[in-house]
Amino acid sequence: MDEEYDAIVLGTGLKECILSGMLSVSGKKVLHIDRNKYYGGESASITPLEELFEKFNAPPPDETYGRGRDWNVDLIPKFLMANGLLVKLLIHTGVTRYLEFKSVEGSYVYKGGKISKVPVDQKEALASDLMGLFEKRRFRNFLIYVQDFDEQDARTYKGIDPTTDKMSKVYNNFGLDKNTQDFTGHALALYLDDSYLEQPAIQTINRIKLYSDSLARYGKSPYLYPMYGLGELPQGFARLSAIYGGTYMLDKPIDEIVLGEDGKVVGVRSGNEIAKCKQVYCDPSYVPDRVRRKGKVIRCICLLDHPIANTKDALSTQIIIPQKQVGRNSDIYVSLVSYTHQVAPKGWFIAMVSTTVETDDPESEIKPGLELLGPIRQKFVSVTDYFEPIDDGSQSQIFISESYDATTHFETTCLDVLKIYKRGTDEDFDFSKVKVELGEEEQ
Amino acid sequence: MATNRSGASQRPNGAPQTKVCQFKLVLLGESAVGKSSLVLRFVKGQFHEYQESTIGAAFLTQTVCLDDTTVKFEIWDTAGQERYHSLAPMYYRGAQAAIVVYDITNQGGAGVCGMRAIFTIELPTRDTFGRAKNWVKELQRQASPSIVIALAGNKSDLAAKRMVEFDEAQAYADENGLLFMETSAKTAMNVNDIFLAIANKLPKSEGAGGGSAAGARRLADGEQPRSSTCCK
Repeated sequence: MDEEYDAIVLGTGLKECILSGMLSVSGKKVLHIDRNKYYGGESASITPLEELFEKFNAPPPDETYGRGRDWNVDLIPKFLMANGLLVKLLIHTGVTRYLEFKSVEGSYVYKGGKISKVPVDQKEALASDLMGLFEKRRFRNFLIYVQDFDEQDARTYKGIDPTTDKMSKVYNNFGLDKNTQDFTGHALALYLDDSYLEQPAIQTINRIKLYSDSLARYGKSPYLYPMYGLGELPQGFARLSAIYGGTYMLDKPIDEIVLGEDGKVVGVRSGNEIAKCKQVYCDPSYVPDRVRRKGKVIRCICLLDHPIANTKDALSTQIIIPQKQVGRNSDIYVSLVSYTHQVAPKGWFIAMVSTTVETDDPESEIKPGLELLGPIRQKFVSVTDYFEPIDDGSQSQIFISESYDATTHFETTCLDVLKIYKRGTDEDFDFSKVKVELGEEEQ
Repeated sequence: MATNRSGASQRPNGAPQTKVCQFKLVLLGESAVGKSSLVLRFVKGQFHEYQESTIGAAFLTQTVCLDDTTVKFEIWDTAGQERYHSLAPMYYRGAQAAIVVYDITNQGGAGVCGMRAIFTIELPTRDTFGRAKNWVKELQRQASPSIVIALAGNKSDLAAKRMVEFDEAQAYADENGLLFMETSAKTAMNVNDIFLAIANKLPKSEGAGGGSAAGARRLADGEQPRSSTCCK
């Protein structure tokens, strides 16, 4: 009651932690609360293993699983694009110094019942069984076009108007067949479904550029994964916020978001105490009456004691099953991480199969993904609603993030964060600000 | 990170090459026992009577020179996250050394008035020594088994208000295999010494300390993957 905060942030999921960090860095006085006694909310990595088994009401793991503390199991599978927005945020805020990453070893795409490596260079492309010889030549021409494409330079458009021409038209210009289109749109541009075909081509071209720029960074694949699991990411941004004066309280139930007469937020109540604030930033779970269901995602955590077949025993990988290949509207994703990332004891792998739910029987929807994994030691299935806000915060000053979607990387996550920051502060986040100030820390 | 490799070769020509080892050191203890003050004294030789709650830096670095080795500490402050039991597990990760700090007057002075009211907080009884024991337990549970832990009874300049006896703390430290010193960030007593004692106790062999795993990298431009925390 004595003190008023510029912002109270509720929930310590990745989005809320990035927002909290950005707000503290820009000089706002921030109180950050979570009802759970751990950081990360939905984006936590669960440890020890016993806790994961308990969470899914399974009998405790036996001794073959090794030490429970050596496990850090993500609830939502995602990778970082090496040249993507989250990496930019990590570097500019200095949060990267708390974290270490490994490149994901390879990316695969499912075609005709088996998986093929997504080629990373000319040599792999020539050897690839993803397309025939002539198609390869056409695909190469297309890639060269994308590589040379520069949004600022109309000469590189070569007769295509990327802001009005649809992607389907661009594919046709290069004579790419349906299989190649499928592969390009889903394994390179990382679209969940085919609606992009009727959208302006510029979006897809930029996504393919992001993929190849990310690939160029570390070589093996465009993806990175943090040591000890994705749960390290929210913790890193929380530390940033704390260093810039943010106050943290975990294990604090929130009973009410208190509104003034004009419907504008004035504080947050826990028990019979109220902390005052000018704004609230939160995830959908704190404001069920201000969000609506957008869809459902199914995620299946699979503990394996072996790598996935036909991946050259990769210790980390991603497999994309494009929707058309299995008669669906949205892709199925398989991600694999392992002991090499300190998320499991030696010899163990964690695979996750996920997709957007389309039927009343979501478990059978992910079957094509599960079948790629071989014997599964333990399986945990969750079907979760994902929500979007119906309140943009302009009147209430309550700014709500969207739930984490089924995409395999953090681009939509970061875009949502930047959008919310803009709505809440009326300015774009100034990346240059933090980097300068953090520069003097290390002698 | 990138500097440790070149550390030895930057010495004047002809000087014997010394090994440079880098270690992560974390500070633990109740609010206002003087964690940040100890770091500030050690790293910058400064003391502020009314130290702001946190240092405001990701971490600070300082080196200690031993006979044949230079030990570079990467020192992590809690950034106030210990206050409402909100210290993230990330904080302990890969830490090879820890200083657990209590206040010999058991009060936790300046910070109490500096502590901000949020919700009405029931202030815990200021048993900073008892809390220090809990932090030690927490480290034994969470941190690497080979971590070197030092116990610091800070504010030794306030001996007149002493509530925790030296012998009691020493006995506890001996039982638990901890280094122990009473320190004063204000007078600088034993501050360098406690870091030096830790530096001496840390294993300096190749690949010591269980730092980052092979092939893991930080993302900042131009930084090399860290294959080992201990570099020749």
